[in-house]
Amino acid sequence: MMASSYNAKDEDGHHPGSVGSGGPGAVKSKKPDNTAFKQQRLPAWQPILTAGTVLPAFFMIGLIFIPIGIGLLVTSNNIKEFEIDYTGVDMFSPCFNCSQSYSWNSTSACTCSVPFTLDQPFESNVFMYYGLSNFYQNHRRYVKSRDDSQLNGDKSSLLNPSKECEPYRTSDKKSIAPCGAIANSLFNDTLELFYIHPNGSRIAIHLVKTGIAWWTDKHVKFRNPGENNNNLSIVFQDTSKPVNWRKPVYELDPSDPDNNGFINEDFIVWMRTAALPTFRKLYRIIQKKKDNMTPTLPPGNYSLEVIYNYPVRSFDGRKRMILSTISWMGGKNPFLGIAYITVGSVCFFLGVVLLIIHHKYGNRNNNADIPN
Amino acid sequence: TKLNFSSALEEERHVRANDRDYNERFSYADNRIKTAKYNVFTFLPINLFEQFQRFANAYFLVLLILQLIPEISSLSWFTTIVPLVLVLAITAVKDATDDYFRHKSDQQVNTRQSQVLIKGKLQNEKWMNVRVGDIIKLENNQFVAADLLLLSSSEPYGLCYIETAELDGETNLKVRQALTVTSDLGDDVAKLADFSGEVICEPPNNKLDKFTGTLCWKDNKYSLDNEKMLLRGCVLRNTEWCFGLVIFAGLQTKLMQNCGRTKFKRTSIDKLMNTLVLWIFGFLICMGIILAIGNTIWEQKVGSDFWEYLQWKELTINAVFSGFLTFWSYIIILNTVVPISLYVSVEVLRLGHSYFINWDRRMYYSRKDTPAEARTTTLNEELGQVEFIFSDKTGTLTQNIMVFNKCSINGKTYGDVYDEFGHKVDITEKTPCVDFSFNPLMDRKFRFHDSSLVEAIKLEEPLVQEFFRLLALCHTIMPEERNEGELVYQAQSPDEGALVTAARNFGFVFRSRTPETITLYEMGQAVTYQLLAILDFNNVRKRMSVIVRNPKGQLKLYSKGADTILFDRLDPSNEELMFTTSEHLNEFAGEGLRTLALAYKDLDEDVFDEWMKKLLFASTALDNREEKLGALYEEIEQGMLLLGATAIEDKLQEGVPETIACLTLANIKIWVLTGDKLETAMNIGYSCNMLRDDMNTVFIISGHTMLEVQQELSKDKFSSGLDMEKTELYSSDSVFEETIIAEYALIINGHSLAHALEADLEQILVDVACLCKTVICCRVTPLQKALVVELIKRHKRAVTLAIGDGANDVSMIKTAHIGVGISGQEGMQAVLASDYSFAQFRYLQRLLLVHGRWSYHRMCNFLCYFFYKNFAFTLVHFWYGFLCGFSAQTVYDQWFITLFNIVYTSLPVLAMGLFDQDVNEQYSLRFPNLYRPGQLNQLFNKRKFFTCTLQGVCTSFILFFIPYGAFMTAVRDDGAHISDQQTFAVTIATSLVIVVSVQIGLDTNYWTAVNHFFIWGSLAVYFAILFAMHSDGIFTIFPNQFPFIGTARNSLNQKIVWLVILLTTVVCIMPMVAVRFIKADLYPTQTDKVRLLQQATRKQGPQEQNLRRVRRTSSRRSAYAFAHQQGYGELITSGKNMKVPTSSTSTYPLSSPTRGLTGTSSASICKCFRHQKH
Repeated sequence: MMASSYNAKDEDGHHPGSVGSGGPGAVKSKKPDNTAFKQQRLPAWQPILTAGTVLPAFFMIGLIFIPIGIGLLVTSNNIKEFEIDYTGVDMFSPCFNCSQSYSWNSTSACTCSVPFTLDQPFESNVFMYYGLSNFYQNHRRYVKSRDDSQLNGDKSSLLNPSKECEPYRTSDKKSIAPCGAIANSLFNDTLELFYIHPNGSRIAIHLVKTGIAWWTDKHVKFRNPGENNNNLSIVFQDTSKPVNWRKPVYELDPSDPDNNGFINEDFIVWMRTAALPTFRKLYRIIQKKKDNMTPTLPPGNYSLEVIYNYPVRSFDGRKRMILSTISWMGGKNPFLGIAYITVGSVCFFLGVVLLIIHHKYGNRNNNADIPN
Repeated sequence: TKLNFSSALEEERHVRANDRDYNERFSYADNRIKTAKYNVFTFLPINLFEQFQRFANAYFLVLLILQLIPEISSLSWFTTIVPLVLVLAITAVKDATDDYFRHKSDQQVNTRQSQVLIKGKLQNEKWMNVRVGDIIKLENNQFVAADLLLLSSSEPYGLCYIETAELDGETNLKVRQALTVTSDLGDDVAKLADFSGEVICEPPNNKLDKFTGTLCWKDNKYSLDNEKMLLRGCVLRNTEWCFGLVIFAGLQTKLMQNCGRTKFKRTSIDKLMNTLVLWIFGFLICMGIILAIGNTIWEQKVGSDFWEYLQWKELTINAVFSGFLTFWSYIIILNTVVPISLYVSVEVLRLGHSYFINWDRRMYYSRKDTPAEARTTTLNEELGQVEFIFSDKTGTLTQNIMVFNKCSINGKTYGDVYDEFGHKVDITEKTPCVDFSFNPLMDRKFRFHDSSLVEAIKLEEPLVQEFFRLLALCHTIMPEERNEGELVYQAQSPDEGALVTAARNFGFVFRSRTPETITLYEMGQAVTYQLLAILDFNNVRKRMSVIVRNPKGQLKLYSKGADTILFDRLDPSNEELMFTTSEHLNEFAGEGLRTLALAYKDLDEDVFDEWMKKLLFASTALDNREEKLGALYEEIEQGMLLLGATAIEDKLQEGVPETIACLTLANIKIWVLTGDKLETAMNIGYSCNMLRDDMNTVFIISGHTMLEVQQELSKDKFSSGLDMEKTELYSSDSVFEETIIAEYALIINGHSLAHALEADLEQILVDVACLCKTVICCRVTPLQKALVVELIKRHKRAVTLAIGDGANDVSMIKTAHIGVGISGQEGMQAVLASDYSFAQFRYLQRLLLVHGRWSYHRMCNFLCYFFYKNFAFTLVHFWYGFLCGFSAQTVYDQWFITLFNIVYTSLPVLAMGLFDQDVNEQYSLRFPNLYRPGQLNQLFNKRKFFTCTLQGVCTSFILFFIPYGAFMTAVRDDGAHISDQQTFAVTIATSLVIVVSVQIGLDTNYWTAVNHFFIWGSLAVYFAILFAMHSDGIFTIFPNQFPFIGTARNSLNQKIVWLVILLTTVVCIMPMVAVRFIKADLYPTQTDKVRLLQQATRKQGPQEQNLRRVRRTSSRRSAYAFAHQQGYGELITSGKNMKVPTSSTSTYPLSSPTRGLTGTSSASICKCFRHQKH
């Protein structure tokens, strides 16, 4: 039980005869008001850390955290995740050639195909991520190199982007749209997935490319300039494409006007900068089959077809493709489960230790020896 | 502490009367007093200059400038300027108000009116317009405006009387006499205007009792000394008017020269805080350097390869230069470890604590309608650390009222009141007083509670009558009767006044005297006694007697004196009565009363004639006259009959012994510094229980030369040598010092103190004094008081507090760390110079043990928490540096950084700092040793600082790395990615706010409604602002300022985010809880124990704890030793002090020529009278 109680207003006690309080007509006395606030007698709850409060707290935390941790760990272990590095560092890896001959400006795409095998079926919706390592999306100069007004469709910012975008602000005396280092370094590999049927046929797996960005980003934060003008090429006509891009922003997804220009979801996802130098970003969703009988991705052989555009070798980066199912807690995340179990056990153990210490050495007879 | 303004160059002062042109050549100070610092125009520049001298303010200014450089600005400018402007504004407003009040008080003094002789006419002038060389006229009861040379007065022989209480604390009147040549000028304005004497004298100095100079007038030279000076601060008494020539004015007056410098007082916590801020600053630079080096390496190893994604604007920038810029960027980001809001918050706390002092009803004195007042708002927490109290005596410990309290007549005591069951009743305000209305000449202020004495008088018991007759006859008082029946006694000692007043009320009214007679009104009948001889008092005799012839022609000798002396000279038949009376005397003394024994004797005509002849012969003897007279007195004062004894109370202020006892229990050492005589000081020491009979030794140091003082001091050391050896043996001195302290007391007088304070001896003095439980310094000058305080400040590094009521205490009040003035008295100087003021000494107990302790406790908790909070908040950036390429990227949103200290976390900690009470007021007073941690600096020191910053560092580590671990692979429950920077920022910020809120909850001992409101409110406000700033609406208005749109919604709806927050909070908090619990459980502090006790008793219901009444066990001390001065008998019988012989009813008071008057006392005045009269 929390050792506490309300401190009732102490009696005002012996105040030597209040001579000063004259009649209503008398000169106002300087006697301070007798309010609980001014006399520092506000009623108050005065908790003390006692064995009765602290020890149960430790046990409680132990008892709550360990089950949570176990739950988290089990959930996490039930999530199926498959990860494949397609950077092509290794001489024998399929993308080695592509990784060697990269250039932002090359017009011909280099493609490579990476085979892999899934041992277990992936049920329900499967999420496809690309992961980058050693990529400092959180560098200060990188993070601030964007213009949110421009991305929000502000006309003046479109033509005159913020200084923060330097040195990716203008090219050929035209303002860059979207400006800045983040946009300039947009991840532009194309990943496609094929199921190699045991009979040898390659079945393309349908990858959904919308619904991967946050709703608020897609609908509030990012907007194309010229709200009513569906012809984006006119809207962006006075701007130039980012230096590293192969095509202008209004051609990111010409097939779907709701996914083109600034509101292209791949672009939006990229623009939400990662906190850490190793990160993964949602790329595509593989929706579950309508009949729940067959798994979304049955076990078997697959092939990842990569159109290899994005150079990372220079800074020792890695590119990965990740397939994962999710649960109520998101993706696979063993850290939390283990952390909860550890913290819970430590708390419980501490509780036991404290109990022993308190029992053996604790000064339970505290008030006896107060020298007056 | 000496103050010499222009006088450093002035070797000699020339003042010519009535010649302003001449005097102006020397540019002497005028009489204006200025204590204020600013005026309207200089306020802003000077105040800002002063404020930027504060290290912290300057630091933030530099930061602000740094932030304006775009290359390194890692934070927006508003994160610094908003708090900085706030700080400067609040401080400026406070300084302005303080100065305004100083202006007001200066104004009040400067505009006092005085009459100045200008161009042959008396004109009213303000004090500030008085110049050196002016002649001014003073009237009765006026304050002296400047240091004056007395020229003439309304009294004969150019005498005038002054009260010097404001200067030296002595309340008895002193006499000053003008030169005969100038006193002849009288009040003839024309003559005075023609007066053109020139005074050549010493330059301004602070010696109150010394003045040397010469007056040149009409080709004659007259020497001047202190006897002819009226000093500023004195009050003219019993003198209708007098004229004086201004010699020193304004700041050069002796009063002001004695005031000492007004120093800006800072608390030790303040100083510690400044040191810590410097350390933190060093720490900040270290972190900056580490990160800058990291940045250089990163740029070289990684950044150069990362080039294609992240180019510099200028391609020439290399890694080292990038590191240099990063250093400054990190200095900006990490600047919050030195929180600017710290200074504002500390000021706010102190202001709040000051208000609590002002508002305290238990420090309000209703009789004078004076509440306590915190006049300085920056010292509160130091009130919780006081180790030494230096107290004035008169007016501070005592009320300076002598009261006839009890008496024993013929073996029966009077003065106690008994109820119907025969139990003694404590005398309080409400006890009914004896009705003296039968006596038309009574003194209305006199109170006596035992009616049996009046009954005895009315029954005309002869011994009772004789008792009061003795009191009415045997004294050296001068009566003054302005109107019929309106008697005023001018007593040289208040004791005597009390006795004669008692006799007056009991029907034996001393009405008038001539050199040869004394007229009494005995129960309404005028009776004139012939005064034949006064056998005067001196320190050896310790008694005085008078020989009178009553109207019936009987010769009587009446004697009063110290009991031990008188008992030796009693008739053997009195032995039984002597025994009883002796018992009564012990009883009186036990109550702290000053006692006197009274005896009388019938004299034979023949014997007396014989004796008188011898006396006349002896009084003309050329050598050894004193001894011969003494022997003669001795001869006749034999075989007396005991009448009884009186008991006088030197009324202490209410609750003084209890307060002193309580403060002593709190391990505070109390030193009494008084201008009074040794005996008086000792007596008060006994009645305050500071001196006790069971003390081993009371050392009295009264040497006159350096050598003597040294010997006396070392002798004391020698006598306590045994203990000293022990101390050296064990050398764990603190423990031993305690055991030694219990035994000794040291009493030192002004002369010796002057020597002891010299460089060679001061160490010995400090050592000896600190071994003593009680130290009393008597006969000290105001400056010496300050020097003693200074001495302790220097040698003991302890917090000192000085308390006093008069101008003579000002210097000590200003010197001590904390100065307290007793308000509600006449003079205001002490209060004006003080930091705290209240009406009664006993409130000191509450000020220190309750307010001081709380303030200290609150301030320390506040500081610990504040440093913890800011380290936890800021160092997250440090850890993040390792993962973001040391690029000075912030973890949090800029708005969060701006608001964290001033909005999200400021109010709960302020509420804690304002309202927290670890132990309530009753228990604070009941267990004075709870005060100890403050004296030992235990609650906030460098070690504590390290602990709490370390805690902050750990918290920041946990705050960063748990989310880091969790977010490495985390995705939302809809598969979208969540490990982006903004979510990360929101998660860490939310964890941080929750963790610090829980921590303040743990630190708060006293949860008032305000605390609840602020803590829960802060959390609510955090979330409210978070959602507001991440809302669509504000983004559409300022898209560039609020880029975090939607982050709060999208991250705080994720279970995983909350799981991370919960985990972080628990990991941050629980170790702290465990440590605190273990500490309190295994090694409980005094506070912990009392808190438990308090909680246990609160459950049982409140019980009032009465402080036990302190029992006094002191020995008998004769009132006669205290205030009497030799030589008055002669003065009275010679009639020199009577005014013009025609009016015998109106006479003049006499002053005791006290220490300042360098020996030439009233005796010399008498001699000069004699020359003039005969």
